[in-house]
Amino acid sequence: MSNDTYVIRHVSVLGGDPADLVLRDGVIAEVTAPGAASAEGATEIDATGLVALPGLVDLHTHLREPGREDAETVETGSRAAAAGGFTAVFAMANTDPVADTAGTVEQVWRLGHEAGLVDVQPVGAVTLGLGGRQLAELGAMATSAAQVRVFSDDGRCVHDAVIMRRALEYVKAFDGVVAQHAQEPRLTEDAQMNEGPLSGVLGLRGWPAVAEEAIVARDVLLAEHVGSRLHVCHVSTAGSVEIIRAAKARGVDVTAEVTPHHLLLTEQLVTSYDPVYKVNPPLRSEADVAALRAALADGTIDAVATDHAPHPVEDKDCEWSAAAMGMLGLETALGVVAEAMVSTGLLDWAGVADRMSVRPARIGRLDGHGRPIAAGEPANLVLLDPTAPRTVDPAALQSRSHNTPYAGRTLPVSVVATFLRGRPTVLDGAVVGGAAVRA
Amino acid sequence: MSAARTPDDTRTVLDGAEITRALTRVAHEIVERAKGADDLVLLGIPTRGVFLARRIAERIRAIEDRDVPVGSLDITMYRDDLRRAPARALLPTEIPPGGIDDKVVVLVDDVLYSGRTIRAALDALNDIGRPRAVQLAVLVDRGHRELPIRADYVGKNIPTSKSEKVHVLVTEHDGADAVAISGHANEEDQ
Amino acid sequence: MKRHLLSAADLDRDDALLVLDTAAELAQITDRAVKKLPTLRGRTVVNLFFEDSTRTRISFEAAAKRLSADVINFSAKGSSVSKGESLKDTALTLEAMGADAVVIRHSSSGAPHRLAHSGWIQGSVVNAGDGTHEHPTQSLLDAFTMRRHLAGGKGDLEGRRVTIVGDVLHSRVARSNVLLLATLGAEVTLVAPPTLLPVGVETWPCATSYDLDAHLKHTDAVMMLRVQRERMNAAFFPSEREYSRRYGLDARRMAQLPDHAIVMHPGPMNRGMEIAAEVADAPRSVIVEQVANGVSVRMAVLYLLLGGANLGDGTEA
Ligand SMILES: [Zn+2]
Repeated sequence: MSNDTYVIRHVSVLGGDPADLVLRDGVIAEVTAPGAASAEGATEIDATGLVALPGLVDLHTHLREPGREDAETVETGSRAAAAGGFTAVFAMANTDPVADTAGTVEQVWRLGHEAGLVDVQPVGAVTLGLGGRQLAELGAMATSAAQVRVFSDDGRCVHDAVIMRRALEYVKAFDGVVAQHAQEPRLTEDAQMNEGPLSGVLGLRGWPAVAEEAIVARDVLLAEHVGSRLHVCHVSTAGSVEIIRAAKARGVDVTAEVTPHHLLLTEQLVTSYDPVYKVNPPLRSEADVAALRAALADGTIDAVATDHAPHPVEDKDCEWSAAAMGMLGLETALGVVAEAMVSTGLLDWAGVADRMSVRPARIGRLDGHGRPIAAGEPANLVLLDPTAPRTVDPAALQSRSHNTPYAGRTLPVSVVATFLRGRPTVLDGAVVGGAAVRA
Repeated sequence: MSAARTPDDTRTVLDGAEITRALTRVAHEIVERAKGADDLVLLGIPTRGVFLARRIAERIRAIEDRDVPVGSLDITMYRDDLRRAPARALLPTEIPPGGIDDKVVVLVDDVLYSGRTIRAALDALNDIGRPRAVQLAVLVDRGHRELPIRADYVGKNIPTSKSEKVHVLVTEHDGADAVAISGHANEEDQ
Repeated sequence: MKRHLLSAADLDRDDALLVLDTAAELAQITDRAVKKLPTLRGRTVVNLFFEDSTRTRISFEAAAKRLSADVINFSAKGSSVSKGESLKDTALTLEAMGADAVVIRHSSSGAPHRLAHSGWIQGSVVNAGDGTHEHPTQSLLDAFTMRRHLAGGKGDLEGRRVTIVGDVLHSRVARSNVLLLATLGAEVTLVAPPTLLPVGVETWPCATSYDLDAHLKHTDAVMMLRVQRERMNAAFFPSEREYSRRYGLDARRMAQLPDHAIVMHPGPMNRGMEIAAEVADAPRSVIVEQVANGVSVRMAVLYLLLGGANLGDGTEA
């Protein structure tokens, strides 16, 4: 643990009245009236006008290591996460090799630890090789050093109803959750974009909403039937929202996430045929975006998760159908949520903290994150400037890849500082430290 | 070379009666030079050259009591300035049924200026057939040739500066007959 | 005219009529001894075909050559491209060659759009068929053919009734035809089994029907689309026999057409599937003429796109 002490002065905690925060020994040592904290031996940070939130937690990040280090590594992805205000990310299992053994998840966990910028919490695959046929050793991953609690075949759907049922049942033994990428495979063969009038005009194979909703409906019923916990990844349609809302009303233990891009962008962008807008699930209609925002605001959707999906230039600088699916998200998530939810009055900063930190940490059973900003709590924090818009420059991103759909777009807030257990990982908007910050 | 409307700073250099006299004189010269040959074909260059060609043909009929075949020759696809100017709609090319092979073709245009239009017309003719001879009749020769081309029959020579514009109006297309000049003669060659 | 021809929607009514009128003048040249015009001398037209289509490539090649352009045929299929050389690399090569126009055929919808707007090349892009998206020059030659037979070769197609039959879902010809024919005032009806009509077709500027027999009596032109037999395997229809019975044009159905009506097909035909051999070869079939008109229409397109004013960065020419 570090001996450094930080005094953050005049910061608005969750958008409320200003206060001073004293960070020492990895925890928030004191919360005092503004200007009241003693600065002796401490580094002072004037945070007048800044908002403090608990460090953000991303349930859905593709760090690409091992296997596609040309797109992203645990280290570069950690830098991107810190720059975006995150203190913990869940690293998806669709690497090469797939994270379907205790050995692989421990490797990812260890790489995250070495990078030292965010807590990298591996997600384990549900089935061997994401093959959808045989369960991976879920228990071994749960009891490994990585202590995996979230299991997902993300990128693929666990479409076999029996396998899904067994997975839901099995993870109860160690309080795990199955995070489902809901995509009926036969209805989405070679699908290129949201199915609707626009896909018909553009001549691109459609990805119908029903292919998501059919799986969400089935999984909700399965979870209800076996009394298990289900998490739905990247909900993208108004119909899925309705199914989840109804299930929650019945008491089903289901949680759901939405990506920043599904809160802001629509399928109209596909008319450019620019593959930077190609993503899975696809960008949907205006009406879907409105339903997703409303669901995030009323808590039907629990969390924002980035689905950060780095791809090298050659996988995007090509014709639409040949391009890879996915877009960057970590470094723009907070700005996008601010634009889609805060500027519109749908969420206040406390609500953002709940959806981007508290609830995702709880879903992933990450005890040290998503905690209140109070004395004695872990000093995982992000300071943002709500009055400093930032224009997205792909070349200036920390990620190894540049496939952001927001290039040139101005987002309303910027991340000023991020603290991981009391040590800054970002100061004045720049990533600092790294390996040296290790606890 | 074309304008349906005459701007305010325009001065008329030929009125309707003068145009009629000029075309009659050109018709006489064509007949005289043809020495009674019956293989004349008049090809007007669209748009106004076609109407002028028809009028000349009428006068030849009045003089000699015989019909001269009249057609039109569009030169758009033979222009040499496609890189610099927008693509234009094509205008009709109508070759009279007897064709042009071994005929004396008289090209008819409203204004002779740089000579590039006539160069293009000669190229176009070359792709259509092989006349015995090609002659050129114009209503107005305004000078400033850029190619070694001259007219065989000229309605009127009108010295101009390059900054001026020559407007030819014909009743069939513009509702009145007139030749007018607009612009300033003192802005020579800028 | 815009600088590129990527979609039939790029043409407003005036543009479309300009292309058709220009093509009509150029068609006369086909009848004379010297078929060549000097118009595009010194300009380079590249035929970039990522997908086999000998007929379309030859048509564009003839069009470019009759305008005296230098033609480079870049058949990407079976060359390095299919082994992973990207559209971008190919485009950069063409740019280095100084292509004034790139005629592109690609199996991926939107590839011409990508080529035109990515900044990889400067020249004009002509879509010669992209995936299941569009084939605008095919729709122009179809409109040209209809205008000749149904509108005296002049003006638009106001009030003419066109029935397009078959696999609309996968047809770039149908998409471009619906857009262009609507621009020209024709009344288009798409006839297909429900499985072969795209989602959202009700938003297109046309009518739809599942019943071919109900429409033939009120049709000035019927266009039969190619139906690939493999579609049967994806359950779009139960069998070839059922398809051709319900949606094929045979002699009995042809007899219901008004006397002046014409039969069209963009080719290549599946004789016995969507069209009976005796219909394809009937006097009212204009299928062979469609091919000839293709050259004139493509000459018009190349001429109008390569007019000089489009050389800047503006989009209007
Ligand atoms: Zn996914």
